[in-house]
Amino acid sequence: METIAAASGITSLTWLLIALPVAGALILLGSGRRTNAFGHLLGVATIAGSFVVAVLLWLNMLGKSSDQRATRDFLFTWMSLGRFKVDVALQLDQLSMAFVLLITGVGLLIHIYAVGYMHGDDGRRRFFGYLNLFVASMLLLVLADSFALLYVGWEGVGLASYLLIGYYQTRESAGPAAKKAFVVNRVGDIGMSVAIMVMFAAFGTVTFQGVFAAAPSASTGIVTAIGFALLLAACGKSAQFPLQSWLLDAMEGPTPVSALIHAATMVTAGVYLIARSNPIFEVAPNAQMGVIVVGVITLLAGGIIASAKDDIKKALAGSTMSAIGFMMLAVGLGKSGYVYAIAFLLAHGFFKAGLFLGAGSVMHGMNDQVNMRRFGALRSVMAITTLTFGLGYLAIIGIPPLAGYFTKDVIIESAMARNPIIGTAAVIGAGLTAFYMSRIFFMTFIGPKRWTQDVHPHESPVVMTAPMVILAIGSVASGYLLMRNQTLQRWLEPVTGFTEPDGALRPLVLTGITLAVVALGIIAAVVLFLRRPIPETAPSKVSVLVSAARRDLYGDAFNEAVFMRPGQWLTRSLVWVDNRVIDGAVNGVAAGLGGLSARVRRTQTGYTRSYSLVMLSGALLVIVLLWIVRL
Amino acid sequence: MNGIVAAGTATVSSGETFGFWILAVLTVGGAIGMIASRKAVHSALWIALTMVSLAVVYLINAAPFLSMVQIIVYTGAVMMLFLFVLMLIGVDASDSLVETIKGQRVAAILVGLGFGLLLLIGIGGLTVNTVVGLDAATAPAGGNLQAVAQLIFGRYVLAFEVTSALLITAAVGAIVYTHRERLVGKPTQAMISRARFKSVTAPRSPLPAPGVFANHNAVDTPALLPDGSPATQSVPAPFQVEGARTFTTADGRSITADFEQEKP
Amino acid sequence: MNPMNYIYLSAALFAIGAFGVLFRRNAIVVFMCIELMLNAANLAFVVFARINGTLDGQVVAFFVMVVAAAEVVIGLAIIMAIFATRRSASIDEANLLRS
Repeated sequence: METIAAASGITSLTWLLIALPVAGALILLGSGRRTNAFGHLLGVATIAGSFVVAVLLWLNMLGKSSDQRATRDFLFTWMSLGRFKVDVALQLDQLSMAFVLLITGVGLLIHIYAVGYMHGDDGRRRFFGYLNLFVASMLLLVLADSFALLYVGWEGVGLASYLLIGYYQTRESAGPAAKKAFVVNRVGDIGMSVAIMVMFAAFGTVTFQGVFAAAPSASTGIVTAIGFALLLAACGKSAQFPLQSWLLDAMEGPTPVSALIHAATMVTAGVYLIARSNPIFEVAPNAQMGVIVVGVITLLAGGIIASAKDDIKKALAGSTMSAIGFMMLAVGLGKSGYVYAIAFLLAHGFFKAGLFLGAGSVMHGMNDQVNMRRFGALRSVMAITTLTFGLGYLAIIGIPPLAGYFTKDVIIESAMARNPIIGTAAVIGAGLTAFYMSRIFFMTFIGPKRWTQDVHPHESPVVMTAPMVILAIGSVASGYLLMRNQTLQRWLEPVTGFTEPDGALRPLVLTGITLAVVALGIIAAVVLFLRRPIPETAPSKVSVLVSAARRDLYGDAFNEAVFMRPGQWLTRSLVWVDNRVIDGAVNGVAAGLGGLSARVRRTQTGYTRSYSLVMLSGALLVIVLLWIVRL
Repeated sequence: MNGIVAAGTATVSSGETFGFWILAVLTVGGAIGMIASRKAVHSALWIALTMVSLAVVYLINAAPFLSMVQIIVYTGAVMMLFLFVLMLIGVDASDSLVETIKGQRVAAILVGLGFGLLLLIGIGGLTVNTVVGLDAATAPAGGNLQAVAQLIFGRYVLAFEVTSALLITAAVGAIVYTHRERLVGKPTQAMISRARFKSVTAPRSPLPAPGVFANHNAVDTPALLPDGSPATQSVPAPFQVEGARTFTTADGRSITADFEQEKP
Repeated sequence: MNPMNYIYLSAALFAIGAFGVLFRRNAIVVFMCIELMLNAANLAFVVFARINGTLDGQVVAFFVMVVAAAEVVIGLAIIMAIFATRRSASIDEANLLRS
């Protein structure tokens, strides 16, 4: 464990990273129509400011020796309850730094792109306000020094994603999609809060330092419980099995949102959480195995779903599921995987953002159509988009020497070293990736025109293409830069630790096998989608696997049957009980009293003389009784 | 006082016994007469009889001060107030004694009798061996009036002061109860005129003045119409006594006016 | 004669008054009946004062008269107010308590 120094000098400006986008969000959302004219520029400027601060902090960090890089910027005491004390303090170490650079860098590019993409949209100011809020929440998440503060950012990300997925308020499908994302995320959040409660109960603290120092000496049961609770939280945020269902619907948001969710923020939060909590998982092997299982299932399921989707954004969403599955698998592998997971996450940030922005560019030119069956031959009219998308495509499937090759290959290597079954699954995942990404690329950019009558595809403006070009460069170069001379390994080693995977197969052989599988996937795609004509409507006679994949492998059907139906039944029966039993008892008592009162009321004639009679009779009775007593 | 009534003594003389029986008959008779009279005015007169009789009873029982108060306050003030109110709300109205509430009369008789019987039984249970008399009590003060005054302004002065507050409150309360806010403005002559013309039955012109062509101008003498017949409308309502009345005109003719007055 | 006869007279008057309250419908007559009952009580006070040889009974009777006077003032005012709105002095008419 490295020592964490108090922030001083430039590192005491860490808070600016978050404060800038927060200020942007407050100004944009609070000022109303007054900022409509320049709102988008303000939104970009705040993120640019954050990025500059991030780069300065990074340079400053580079100048220190590797064990003195972590700093803690204490802002104020959040709550102080007896011995339990939670500070609002920002911990900036190598892991946070990597995420901050990714979030602000890729976030900045997406912001710039969104200026062009959202041009002409009435709510552009509101959109940028939400985007700033999203980035700010994510930065708080990765900079927090305690699980409690992390939880704040965690929920902020959930809120911002809800607002952004439901951004098109007039669209009927956007509302339910946003709600679904929010509700599914809440399920994961339960895991987060349970984990925090267990930490508080077991260790009496929720700071990273305190928890991680106490974890090795805690009982296996407690750390395993915390581990699984954190895994549930990570599943919710990162759209991992079994909480993956929201991600595909989240495509209802504007495309820059999808890019932001999939590349820089949100889904990476789960990976960050588990990587950050590595001291807990190191002492809880069962929880680690759970992470691996979840990752493997998700990477295969995501690949299968992505292979069957005709909606370009949903196919890419499936791809994200698969890629995050890879990362989860990697973080589950322990010290031999954290670094590779982060490496893949950073590289993935580049090419997935590029792919989504490319998809957005295509939609921009195709009247917001998303059905790939009506695309084709777009390379002739969208040269830059084709080039950047193509580079992203090659990067994600792991063609050397692009980013995916350097970062994914090591995960497969590490997985194979742990267990041949896991490794094989990872190789199959790589092949699936090659297949569906080739499918997307072929159906969209190559092959004959299948356009609808009214579209006139055109290249997007430079404000959109420039970020795509930068991201494409990142997709090409980031892998080499990160993995060269073990740069990232040495960078992250103080935080996550690192051990070289020691497999039975020689790395070169494994790389050969992987590349062969990838080539198989590409060939299959070529045969299926390039040689054969693609029908303009999806064929209905398809195999069981395809129809299952089209329905997201029955994830929604499962949720509906297992959670929704019994829930509805329970609610209805509770309503029945409320109506008949509880209301019945209450109303019955009231009706009984009412009937009794109606009978008693008949004695009330309103005649004064009747009342006098009763009074005198009463007096008489009293006297008679007194008299009888005296007898 | 002692000159008039040899009362307040420990013994009951035969004269007092004789007086008691007369007064008892008068008081009970007055009470029964009160509840048996159909007209409220008669009831008031009957109870006045009872109260005066009771005043005499007080006198016999060595309470000359109370006797005077009884006459002044009850028969003087209270009964006058009763009669005053009776005049205001219609002195002629007579009550129907037919019972409207089912079973009320039987129950009332039973309760009344039961009450009386119980009181009789209860009092009958008492035995008065000695009658102390008030001579000893009044002697130090020098008389009944002085003795009562000493008590009222001595031992009971607080209660006495409270009764003064009570009386003032009662006076204010009576004013509040009988005072009526005018909710709408006082009708003007124009409004009255319009209302009269809207009505079908009300006369358009002023009513004829009484006694104009009659042999004298008394208000209870009807005016004569051109054909010589009497105009009964000309007599103000309070003087329209029901029935036929005969008048003599200035030229010596005898005329019969037939007043038809509907009962209020 | 025993002075207790006065007390019997008082009881008889009280019973007649009570019966009258239940029997008569004219509010003013009902009021007279109540006055009769108060007078019956006064008679008892006066006679007991004589029997016991203290003047307190007479003083109490005096206070009863004062209170009765106040009561009559208020009671008749109420009757007037009711008569002003209902044109009737019958206590059976004033049965607003019913509904």
